[in-house]
Amino acid sequence: MIASHYVYWTFFALMLIGLYVVISHGNLLKKLIGLSLFQVGVFLFYIGLGKRDGGSAPIISDDVETYSHPLPQVLILTAIVVGVATLAVGLALAVRIFEAYGTVEEDEVLERDSADRVAEHDRERAAEHDGGGT
Amino acid sequence: MSTTFTLINVSLLAILTATAVTITRLRALYEATMLAALFSLVTACLFVLLDAVDVAFTEAAVGVGISTVLLLGVLALTRSWESVTPRRRRLPGAIAVLLVGGTLGYASLDLPEFGSADSPVQRHPVTEVYLHQSQEDIGIPNTVTSVLASYRGLDTLGELVVVFTAGLAVLSLLGPLARPEQTRPTADFHLADYRVIRVVSGALMPFILLFALYVLFHGDYGPGGGFQAGVIFASGFVLYGLVFGLDRAQRVVPRAALWFLVSLGLVLYVGLGITTMLLGGSFLDYDVLARHPETGQHLGIQVVETAIGITVASVMTTIFFGFAGRGVVSR
Repeated sequence: MIASHYVYWTFFALMLIGLYVVISHGNLLKKLIGLSLFQVGVFLFYIGLGKRDGGSAPIISDDVETYSHPLPQVLILTAIVVGVATLAVGLALAVRIFEAYGTVEEDEVLERDSADRVAEHDRERAAEHDGGGT
Repeated sequence: MSTTFTLINVSLLAILTATAVTITRLRALYEATMLAALFSLVTACLFVLLDAVDVAFTEAAVGVGISTVLLLGVLALTRSWESVTPRRRRLPGAIAVLLVGGTLGYASLDLPEFGSADSPVQRHPVTEVYLHQSQEDIGIPNTVTSVLASYRGLDTLGELVVVFTAGLAVLSLLGPLARPEQTRPTADFHLADYRVIRVVSGALMPFILLFALYVLFHGDYGPGGGFQAGVIFASGFVLYGLVFGLDRAQRVVPRAALWFLVSLGLVLYVGLGITTMLLGGSFLDYDVLARHPETGQHLGIQVVETAIGITVASVMTTIFFGFAGRGVVSR
């Protein structure tokens, strides 16, 4: 079992490390790095399923008999480029958040949001009070 | 599995896991980014070991090149130090990891043996089509390219639309690209002030672009194709922009040209599909492009790869200019 499945288990471990970073860490950039780790774990798992014992790259030639499967490779090849494009979108969001809040820490962003909400609430209360007074 | 394979595999996996663990523990994000680049490089080696040469190529160009540059650029714009993760945040992560890990581990008992020849993947009828029948249908040795550009051409069009959309999303978040006269020199010094960097990167430029063209047109016979070529093209422009400054890079590739190129690739791809429909075939059925179906397939694949290359290269360059311009626009 270990001899035949250790590769899958390591790929799962990589995914889980990425997942942990995405959920636990508050820094948005660290989250994005974690997302990439998770992504790579999935890529490797996919490619691993297409691997064949003693096979070679699926480029047909006369002196090769066994090939690994090309389909997972095609899917992952495009997924990698799409992955960097979506990473760029995430980074752009992080830059905008930094410009608006002065931080990329999730906790500090949420704190400022709730502080803003309390301030707004107080202002509304005060306005109501004034309105009732006159 | 041969002993050599197992040995290399186990050591690469060990390096990979150790790097991943170190990345999660590092609070200095510059270091974490550089380790993420190393992680990508080791992943690329592992892809080669798993016979996925095209994927390895892409991972090396994207993971080590473009995404590292983007991350470093964003660190320069924001903050490069992560604050300490409070203890209360660790629990939800640990619970999610345990749940997902348990499920995956349990499900993995059903997986076929690694590398087995009679796994569902290998036994599926499509394997025969892609590996053997493709030689008569399409006649190019690299089956990854024939699946990518011909058998599943519609899929690839979808992926290209996603890349295009991501480019638009970045532009709409960061604002339109700055005009050259709006940008000012980043600092008092340029990397171009160092003669070694200036001369070497200047001398490398033509070779990078030439290599990208080689990768683009050699994708039928060996590892390579539009995605890889596009990323390599973009990394050439990124190098130029890093060394000589954004203003000079934008004079080489003006905004208007980038805008045009970003959409040109997609127009070319969809246009090819419509042409095949007008010629009496179905969408992206290249057989009808020439008198001999195989010639038609070759022509169609070449056009599609070029279209992919153009869009990927211009979207990646646009994204880089977008981030780099954010730092130097005088406001």
